[in-house]
Amino acid sequence: MKKSHIFGILIIAVAIIVIMSTAGDASAYVTFEDAQEMASKGNDNKIHVVGKLPKDGSGNVIGIEPSPDMMSFKFQMVDDNNETQIVYHPNPMPTDFLRSEQVVVVGGYQNGKFVADKILLKCPSKYQEEGVNT
Amino acid sequence: MIHYFPGNLGHILVILAFISSLVATYAFAKNINDKNNSWARFAKGAFYVHAIAIFGIVITLFLMISGHMFEYHYVYNYTSKILPIYYQISSFWNGQEGSFLLWMFWNAILGLILIHTNKSWRDSMMAVFTFTQVFLVSMIMGVVIPGLDIKIGSSPFLLLRDVLNDPIFTMQPDFIPEDGRGLNPLLQNYWMVIHPPTLFLGFATTVIPFAYAIAGMLTGRVKEWIRPALPWAQFSAAILGVGILMGAYWAYETLNFGGYWNWDPVENAVYVPWLVLVAALHTMIAFRKSNVALKSSIILILATYILIVYSTFLTRSGVLGNASVHSFTDLGLSGQLLIYLFVFIILSVIVAARVWKKIPSTEEETSAYSREFWIFMGATVLCLMAFQVIIPTSIPVWNEIVEAFGGSSNLAPPADQVEFYTQFQLYFAILLAVLSGTGQFFWWTKMDKSKLKQELAAPIILSLVASAVIFMVAKVQNIWYLLLLTASVYSIVANLKIFISVAKSNIKLSGGAVAHIGVAMMLIGVLFSSGYSKILSMNNTGLLWSKEFPDEVNQNNLLLFVNEPRQMADYKMIYRGLRKLTTEYGYVDLNDISDAVDARKLIIGRNTISSTGHELNVGDTINIINAENSYFEVIFEDENGKDFTLYPRLQMNEQMGNVYSPDIDRTLSADLYTHVRTFPDPDQEIEWSEIEEITVSPGSQFFINDYVAEFINIEPLRNVPGIKLGPEDIAVKALIEIQGEYQTYTAEPIYVIKDKMAGRIPDVVNDLASRITIQSINPDENSFVFGLSTTQKDWIIIEAVAKPWINVLWLGTLLLVIGFGIAISRRYTEFQKMRDKGME
Repeated sequence: MKKSHIFGILIIAVAIIVIMSTAGDASAYVTFEDAQEMASKGNDNKIHVVGKLPKDGSGNVIGIEPSPDMMSFKFQMVDDNNETQIVYHPNPMPTDFLRSEQVVVVGGYQNGKFVADKILLKCPSKYQEEGVNT
Repeated sequence: MIHYFPGNLGHILVILAFISSLVATYAFAKNINDKNNSWARFAKGAFYVHAIAIFGIVITLFLMISGHMFEYHYVYNYTSKILPIYYQISSFWNGQEGSFLLWMFWNAILGLILIHTNKSWRDSMMAVFTFTQVFLVSMIMGVVIPGLDIKIGSSPFLLLRDVLNDPIFTMQPDFIPEDGRGLNPLLQNYWMVIHPPTLFLGFATTVIPFAYAIAGMLTGRVKEWIRPALPWAQFSAAILGVGILMGAYWAYETLNFGGYWNWDPVENAVYVPWLVLVAALHTMIAFRKSNVALKSSIILILATYILIVYSTFLTRSGVLGNASVHSFTDLGLSGQLLIYLFVFIILSVIVAARVWKKIPSTEEETSAYSREFWIFMGATVLCLMAFQVIIPTSIPVWNEIVEAFGGSSNLAPPADQVEFYTQFQLYFAILLAVLSGTGQFFWWTKMDKSKLKQELAAPIILSLVASAVIFMVAKVQNIWYLLLLTASVYSIVANLKIFISVAKSNIKLSGGAVAHIGVAMMLIGVLFSSGYSKILSMNNTGLLWSKEFPDEVNQNNLLLFVNEPRQMADYKMIYRGLRKLTTEYGYVDLNDISDAVDARKLIIGRNTISSTGHELNVGDTINIINAENSYFEVIFEDENGKDFTLYPRLQMNEQMGNVYSPDIDRTLSADLYTHVRTFPDPDQEIEWSEIEEITVSPGSQFFINDYVAEFINIEPLRNVPGIKLGPEDIAVKALIEIQGEYQTYTAEPIYVIKDKMAGRIPDVVNDLASRITIQSINPDENSFVFGLSTTQKDWIIIEAVAKPWINVLWLGTLLLVIGFGIAISRRYTEFQKMRDKGME
């Protein structure tokens, strides 16, 4: 076998490892129900849940509770299955949280509680005008 | 009055630019095999027209922005009246259309340069070059094909009323808003003035080596294209690299994720083509020296440009959606971007396939002692690095493809992207450092076993010793970090040795060594600043983490009440309150400002001293740069009593909400990076405690919210702001001095008897969270009854992070650029010599 062949095989091997590890470390978009099921099976992979913040009649977000020391907060989130779940976040509320149209939480269940390590916000209104300021 | 002219002019110029780019492409292509050069002048002329049209578009749009023509959507959406000239420039590329324009603008300039610096290559390479411009111009066309109802491109010259469905336009078609929505506050930073032009110059230049490669294959000069393409590939890699790092530095200074690189898809999308481009220029250099690796050079150069187009697709089509923290507005260009991408993939494949058999390749085995072997290894590692990043970044694309074929895929990017990417990139970086050190020896000297030992012994020993010292001092214990450190030190030592010997003979040849030292330093800088970044604001109060959390969670933030010192790592930190930044006097306490004349002029309400030591008196006016910005003054005091002050920024923007930016204390060995995470909402109503009454006579002392206060005296008032006093009415003011931690505050509550009714105007001392009211006056006892109520003190939650040796990263970047500069000048001279001999 030529050296260049060994070299080629080596590269392919590394490429396969990369793809495998991507597939292995890739997270998934799931619902709270799926996430709970995963957690109950002992799968503690971090997952993504997409959802919205529940609002009252006048459009204010409800269910947000900062901790007494203000360093963390919990909130309610409704996923695509319309399931409401209390989510804990170990950081102060991100800027624009209340204005977001869609929330993606990255995290998982720990002892039956959903802890979000990361919150991604989707605020299209940030850049898209809703009307003219007159 | 609506200015119709600039918009119409813009539209016409865009169409002219589009048509002229088509014509120029055709004319250049026509002239490739034409011995008589009959199309040459026409092609050149068409390109000149194209370039003038592009410059015209840029100037028109800029004049619309600086002329505040808010009847135009782009101007309304991204700018406002108060923007200074440099932010007007950066608002130019705030929108997608503007950033496409910036890209085209560079292409126009580069095209003019290329026409004048090339002879035999001109027609063939310009045909390819201009062809790319056709696609770019189409992105801002804003033309609807009649009948088909297909919109091509998104024009920056649309009137607001044609874009927005606002009822005002039906009532008042000529309505022009008073002011625009303003520039995204995150982009109001000097880096945003120079980072996008640099990055897009990098983007624009990647097409040049691509055009030479395609031209070479089309005209049968499959080898010769490398010579003119190499200096441009180096230039492109240098500019793109600088552009990426400027973006990283902007993120470090402006965003608050706590660092300079976050492996966000937007960052990855430019990092990947850059890696491939760097790999390409290594194989090109190998080809120039020993006629090998031609095929890989072609593949890599073609891949670089295709990856640039792919990254444009990723970031601008909206496909990244939830995957990125950056927000993208989908302008409906995804179809066009896909066509752009596929046209260039197909073009590359067809052109290369036609001549592939004729491209010489070496059949003989490359020995491990040959210089090509090492270069090839380096290029391979770079490509694997790119591969490892592009695969996970493309997960959203994968989902789309699966869904397009009727399947369903819920794959998400790795949950902890930083950890995921860093891990692999770290392994590859170790290899890269080793290769860049060793490869250089093979490059410059003919190697055999004994020679190798002789050359490598000194650098290896030296770097092992140096790493051991750093290991002891800096306590690097992670095995991978230690390997990276050793490999990087080795690369520096080895390249330094090469540099000394090469520079002695000819300094022009030292580019590679200098650039490699730069890269190794960057690796060390990244290793320490990221691997050993230390969160100083770890919560050390002993307070339990919010009990509801199921597990221990890292508590990285610290709560600071105003004027209450807290110990944090080696520092005592004190939050002193909100400040405004003035143009002349530094920072001024927000509490001492009473009123605003206009958006940029404020009036002092209490005598105060600014951060620069200027005394400011009641009624003075101060000028500020941006009304939206406030700053949190935080004092850091170390054990030796030395102190410094940081002013992390808060920007309160109507559209964006509160935006926080860090402030950084820079020292040679480490940066101290501090940003505020949150502070009390100023719109929230203050909850005051129940009023506590206290009877005090002038001259005596009492306590307000545990602070010592002295009732100095009373003053009768003739004028009370906002109240008209009649001849029978009486108003008095009590003067109270309160000893705060750092300064003496005065409170001046007012008591008014108007029309026999008592009125009370309380005074609030924000820093002391106290409100003082004159409840009643007892003239017989010569005493006053004050009502005292308190509230929660002002507070902030901050995160403070130490980033050791981050300056090594920036210094490395500088060396990399210098190295590139030396190499570019050498390779360009080579091309010039050949061209002037009539060979090229």
